[in-house]
Amino acid sequence: MPKYLLLKNYRGGPEPHHPFPPMDQWAPEDVEAHMAFQRHVREMLRDSGEFVDAQALTPDRTWVRYGGPDAAPVTSDGPLPETSDLIAGWFMIDVDSRERALEVAAYVSSEPGPRGEPMYEWIDVREVMWEAPAAD
Amino acid sequence: MGEPATRGLDEGALRALVPRVLAGLVRRGEDFDAAEDALQEALLEALRVWPQRPPDDPRAWLTTVATRRLVDAHRSEVARRRREDAVGAEPPPGPAEEDDDTLLLLFRCCHPDLAPASQVALTLRAVGGLTTREIADAFYVPEATMAQRISRAKRTLRGRPLDRPGDLAVVLRVLYLVYTAGHAGRVDLAAEAIRLARQLTLATDEPEAHGLLALMLLNHARLPARIDSDGRIVTLDRQDRGLWDTREIAEGVCVLQSALARQSDERPPGRYQVEAAIAALHDDAPTPSETDWPQILAWYDDLVALSDDPVRQDPAAVLGRAVAIGYVHGATAGLRETDRLRDVIGDRHRWHAARGHLHELAGELPAAGDAYAEAARLAVNVAERDHLIRQAAQARAGG
Repeated sequence: MPKYLLLKNYRGGPEPHHPFPPMDQWAPEDVEAHMAFQRHVREMLRDSGEFVDAQALTPDRTWVRYGGPDAAPVTSDGPLPETSDLIAGWFMIDVDSRERALEVAAYVSSEPGPRGEPMYEWIDVREVMWEAPAAD
Repeated sequence: MGEPATRGLDEGALRALVPRVLAGLVRRGEDFDAAEDALQEALLEALRVWPQRPPDDPRAWLTTVATRRLVDAHRSEVARRRREDAVGAEPPPGPAEEDDDTLLLLFRCCHPDLAPASQVALTLRAVGGLTTREIADAFYVPEATMAQRISRAKRTLRGRPLDRPGDLAVVLRVLYLVYTAGHAGRVDLAAEAIRLARQLTLATDEPEAHGLLALMLLNHARLPARIDSDGRIVTLDRQDRGLWDTREIAEGVCVLQSALARQSDERPPGRYQVEAAIAALHDDAPTPSETDWPQILAWYDDLVALSDDPVRQDPAAVLGRAVAIGYVHGATAGLRETDRLRDVIGDRHRWHAARGHLHELAGELPAAGDAYAEAARLAVNVAERDHLIRQAAQARAGG
């Protein structure tokens, strides 16, 4: 069964379906509904035997590279263009097919936003490569 | 975690034997590293075999099986076999010796040369009697990673005798780390830390050890009310106090009082006792409005005075104190106190969370919303982040 990573982003990706404010500016009941949906997605994937992992990332980003011989690592906390992708978190799923991965991603994207409207959030779907060579 | 392999088995009793058996093996001359491995194998076998065939003398069973493993490991060393034969004749150690054993093992596992993550892992295995798999589950790392962490820690300690007194402060810090790691998988680490702290208090009269046990009990008592059925954090002022564990509170208060009674002006209480006193005052209030904030503030003054540079060394204490000032002298005074801390800890999520709390107390809801939103942006814990976003949304919606 192939594994897929469903990436959620703080920013970046295609033009959003529609704009929405940050979650702390939503009505409290909309925040609750959104968080309940996130829990529900995990439970659904566990129940279906497709859940592998889910993690969230903080929005702070630091780029690091080798500094050269005898030099400290070089870091850059910015400035970076505001449009660059910034991953917010992911679901990793183990599913029967690519079609199923897209179906799950679309469901994740239907998460409720302000006034309970679906957010139509873009989800970045990436297939995880296999470690071992396939059998002949 | 699959089906419980330990049904019908008193796992707590089994695990309580682990440090005793291990210390017994080490005391008769076995290498700590090899003995700990052998005992881990014996423990896994016990978990498998005992539910069907419980032994008459669990401790002797573990010792025998671990010894057999050791012998297997050194089959070529004939001398070891002779030593094994001699063990049977040895009288079992008395209770005092057993308590010392726990202490010695804790000192070894919490050796200052080990990194905190290794101290925690080794303590849970060699003193707590958890399996590598359970420890790995609790910290969300692969079992192979945890196994490697433990064997590297033991390699660091190899060749060091198990006879010198260690640093009790490190042991206490490690147990507190275990406690705050919470619970995950099949293992409740908070309960495990309390069990270990109880064992420690049997071995030492040091008031701080008792203070730590009291602190854990007094905080753990509120745990059933702290997280709701959906995993949401419920703040102290909104908790259903009827869910608090009154037995744990009573025990915590009792342990704390006996620790404080052994202190004096020359030897003031250490940080765990002070934090336990603050927890006890919260636990003592039947309703949030009956909380004795002036006394809590007085204890926070003591807590802050324990550090040379409290803002850098103990930011949680200075922020707790600022909130207490808000309740005693008014929210504006509390906010003024946090202003003083801005330069050093103004980029921490807790600083913003404390500001949000104080703005809320002042009735300044838009400012509270901003502070909670910034705290959420900086948070590194999902439950806490979600909680802070809720607080922000509620403040913006008018409380």
